Amino acid sequence: MNDRLLDFAIRYGFLILLVGLIVYFSLAAPGFFGPLSAAFVLQSVAITGILALGVTCTLVVGGFDLSIGAVATSALMLSAYSMVILEHSAIVAVALCLGMGALVGFINGLLIVKFRVPDLLATLGMMFLLIGLQRIPTQGNSIATGMTLNDGTVAEGTFSAAFLWLGRHRFDLFIERLLPMPVVIFIGIAVLIWLFLGFTRHGRLMYAIGSNARAASLVGTPVNAYKIAAYMISGVTASIGGILLAARLGRGDIASGNNLLLDSVAAALIGFAVLGAARPNAFGTAIGALFVGILLQGMTMMNAPYYTQDFVKGAVLVAALVFTFYLSSRRTGAGH
Amino acid sequence: MAGDALSVRDLQKSFGKNHVLRGIDLSLTPGSVTVLMGANGAGKSTLVKVICGHHPADGGTMTLAGDRFTPHDAADAIRKGVVTVHQSIDDGVIPDLDVANNLMLDRLVERGHGLFVRETQLREEAAKVAAAMGIDVNLKARVSDLAVADRQMIAIARAMARAPKVLILDEPTSSLSATEADRLFALIDRLRDQGVAILYISHRMSDIRRLADRIVVMRDGAISGLFETAPLDYEAAVTAMLGHRMTEVDVTVQDGTTPVLELSDLRLHSGAAPINLEARDGEVVALVGLLGSGKSRLAEILFGMAGPAAGTMRISGAAYSPRSVEDAIAQGVFLSPKDRGTNAVVPDFGIADNMTLPFLKSLSVGSFLDARRQRGRTQAMVDQLGIVCQTVTDSIGTLSGGNQQKVMIARWLLEQAKVLLLDEPFQGVDIGARRDIGRHIRATAQGRATLVFLAEIDEALEIADRIVVLHENAIVGEHRNQNIDLAALVADISGSDIPTTGAQP
Repeated sequence: MNDRLLDFAIRYGFLILLVGLIVYFSLAAPGFFGPLSAAFVLQSVAITGILALGVTCTLVVGGFDLSIGAVATSALMLSAYSMVILEHSAIVAVALCLGMGALVGFINGLLIVKFRVPDLLATLGMMFLLIGLQRIPTQGNSIATGMTLNDGTVAEGTFSAAFLWLGRHRFDLFIERLLPMPVVIFIGIAVLIWLFLGFTRHGRLMYAIGSNARAASLVGTPVNAYKIAAYMISGVTASIGGILLAARLGRGDIASGNNLLLDSVAAALIGFAVLGAARPNAFGTAIGALFVGILLQGMTMMNAPYYTQDFVKGAVLVAALVFTFYLSSRRTGAGH
Repeated sequence: MAGDALSVRDLQKSFGKNHVLRGIDLSLTPGSVTVLMGANGAGKSTLVKVICGHHPADGGTMTLAGDRFTPHDAADAIRKGVVTVHQSIDDGVIPDLDVANNLMLDRLVERGHGLFVRETQLREEAAKVAAAMGIDVNLKARVSDLAVADRQMIAIARAMARAPKVLILDEPTSSLSATEADRLFALIDRLRDQGVAILYISHRMSDIRRLADRIVVMRDGAISGLFETAPLDYEAAVTAMLGHRMTEVDVTVQDGTTPVLELSDLRLHSGAAPINLEARDGEVVALVGLLGSGKSRLAEILFGMAGPAAGTMRISGAAYSPRSVEDAIAQGVFLSPKDRGTNAVVPDFGIADNMTLPFLKSLSVGSFLDARRQRGRTQAMVDQLGIVCQTVTDSIGTLSGGNQQKVMIARWLLEQAKVLLLDEPFQGVDIGARRDIGRHIRATAQGRATLVFLAEIDEALEIADRIVVLHENAIVGEHRNQNIDLAALVADISGSDIPTTGAQP
C-alpha cells in the first residue's frame, strides 16, 4: 500500500501540484483564470519552452547544451543585422538564423564526439565564443533602424512586416487576437519533439545512447551521428527562439535574452519529475516550462515583487530534482 | 603455523542468500609467491576484499604473524601490514601528479609532516625509493603520461613504502604487454627475496609458470586444489579451476553442412600465429581459452570493432571485412557481447525495447515504431526462451540475471544471422537459464554458423559440436564433442604441450 502511494505520488504528484496551483491562484487572484491570462502565461514561456525542448534532446543522449542562450541571442542579433544593415528579406534572415543554429550545433557535436571535449565544457566554450562574436560586427551596440554605422552611413533597412508577424501576430481563439504566434510555434515544436523522442526509432535509439552508449553502439547504432544530431536540433530550436525574440522586440537588443539559458534548463530539468519519468522528455519539459510560467504569473497578480522571481524558480527546480532523484531511487530500491 | 605470514582458517562470507566463501583455508609464507587461481565468480575477489579489510568476514579466523587479524577497514589492514594492489591501477596512483610526488604521497599525509612540502628533500627520497625498487623513469614525468607497466610499478612501490608483511597483487598483468610484464616479474622476484609474502591472483598461465612457488585454486567459493611440491602440476591446477564433471546434457553432434565462415591465415596481432578456421551451417563451435588467449580479440575482429593484422575472412564464399559494427550487422554477423551490464543492457528500457534494439528499423513504419509488433515479437521470444516476467514492458532491471541474459541473447535471434557470435553467454547465469539458452541455441542452429566464446570447459561441452582451443592468439587444438579426451583438452587450454597433442588437423 505504501509502495503504491509512493508510486502514485511520483507519477502524478507534479501534475496535482500544478492543478492545485491553478485552483489556488484562480481563487486568490481575481482575473487569473481566463483566456487572456492563459495566453499571457503561454506567451511568457513560449521562447524558453522552445529552447528547453532543444536542450531536452541533448539531455536524452546523455549530454548537455549550455550554448542555447547564446545561440538564441546570436540569432536575435544576426536577424537584426541581416535585415537592418544588409537589408535582406525576412526569409533570408530566418534562413540565416536557422543555418547558424544548425552550424553551431554541428560544431558542438564535433567538439564532443571527435575532439572528446566534455559536453559541459564544449558548450560552455561555445557560449562564450558566441556572446563575444555577436558583438563584433556592431562594436557592441544594439541594432536598430537609423543607427549610424562605422563608415558614417545610416542603416536604412527595417525589420520587415513578415518577420515581425512571426513574433507579434495573434490568432483568434474564443476572443479576437488571443493566441500569439510564438505560442503556436512552441506548441508545434513541442508536439514534433514529443513525437520524435517518444515514438520514432531515432528517439528510442537516442534514449538508448543516453542510458548505455556502449550497449547502443554494440547493436550497431551510429552513436556519434545521433549525438551530433541532438546538438543540431538543440542549435536549431535555440535559433528559432532567438528569431521569435527578435520579432517580438523589433530590434537587435544586445542585452535581451539574459535569462534564457537558466530558465530553459530549469524547465527541462523540472520535466524529469513529470509523470515520474525520471528522465528527459518533451511532455515533461513543456509542463515544466508552463509550471514556472503559471507560478510567476500568479505571483505577479498577487503583487509579489519581481525580484523574488528567480528565487521561486530556483526553489521549484530544487524541489523537482529532489522529487525526481530521491523518490525515484526509493521506488527502484523498493522494486528489488 | 608459526612461520606463516598470514593464515586464514575456515573463512565464511555471504552476500544475502549468495554464499560466496564457504570455508576458505589459506596460508601465506614469507619469501614466497602463492598464486591464487579461479574462474570468474569463484570468489577470488571476495576473498581478497575480506583480507584487505574491505568486507568483514562472517565466520572463521585470520592470523597475521601469529596475532589475530581483524581489519576494520582498508586503512587498518594497511597499517597492520597487509597491502593490496588492485586490478585497476589508477586506484593506486594519482595520475595528475609527477612520479616523485606519487612515490612520496604517503609521507605527505603523515601527521608530523608540516605545512609546506620540502621539494628537494622529497625528490631525494623519491629517487632513493625508485632506485631500491629498480624503477627507471623520469621522476618529474606526470604519471598519466607513463606506460601502464610503469604506473603499475609505482603503485607497487607506493605499497612497498609501507614495508608490508603481505602483498596482494590482483591480476596485475591484465593490461600489460609481455615485456612490461617481465619488468614486473623482476620486481616481484626482488620482493620475494626481501621476505615478503606475496599473494598473486591471475589466471594467465604464463605468469603462473614464471612466478608461482605454490598454487591455490578456488572454485565455487571453496579451495579446490593446493599445489606446493615442485615441479608444480599446472594441468591439474587448470582442471581444479575449470572443473569438468560430466554434464547431464547430451549433445547430438552436428557436423554442419556448407561452410559459412572461413578464416584464412588470420592474425589477431602482428607477430601472432595465423588462424585458420571454418564454421559450417548448423554447427555450434565453442572457442575456449584462458584470459589473454585472444578470444575477445577474435570476437572483436569478426564483429568489425577491430581489424586483423593480416589474413582474410569469407562468409558464404564472399570476402568479409567489416568496417564497423553496423557494417557487420548489415552483413548478417551478430555478436552478443560479454559483461551484459556494461555492453548490452540498457537499464532505462523495458524488456521489449531492450530486446528489439538492434532491429528497430524493421519494426518501424517509416521512422515511427510499431509498438504492437515490437511487443508481439518480444512476447514470442519470451515464450520460446521461457523468460520469466510479468509483461514485456516491465523494466529490464526487474528481471533476474539469468532472465536478463536470455533477453540479451534473444535480441540477436530476432532476425536470421549468417554468423552468430556469443561471447561468454553464460556469464552470471544460473544453471537453469544456462540450460535453456544452450538448448535454444542448439535448436535454432540451422541456417547459420554459431561461434561461442567460453572460458569454462563445462559450458563448452554443453553447447558445442566442436571445441576449438585458443592459446596465445593461436589455435592449439580442435576436438569434436564426442567421447572427448578431457585430459588432452585441458592440456591444450593450459598450453602445456603445444607441439605434441591436439595440434591442428
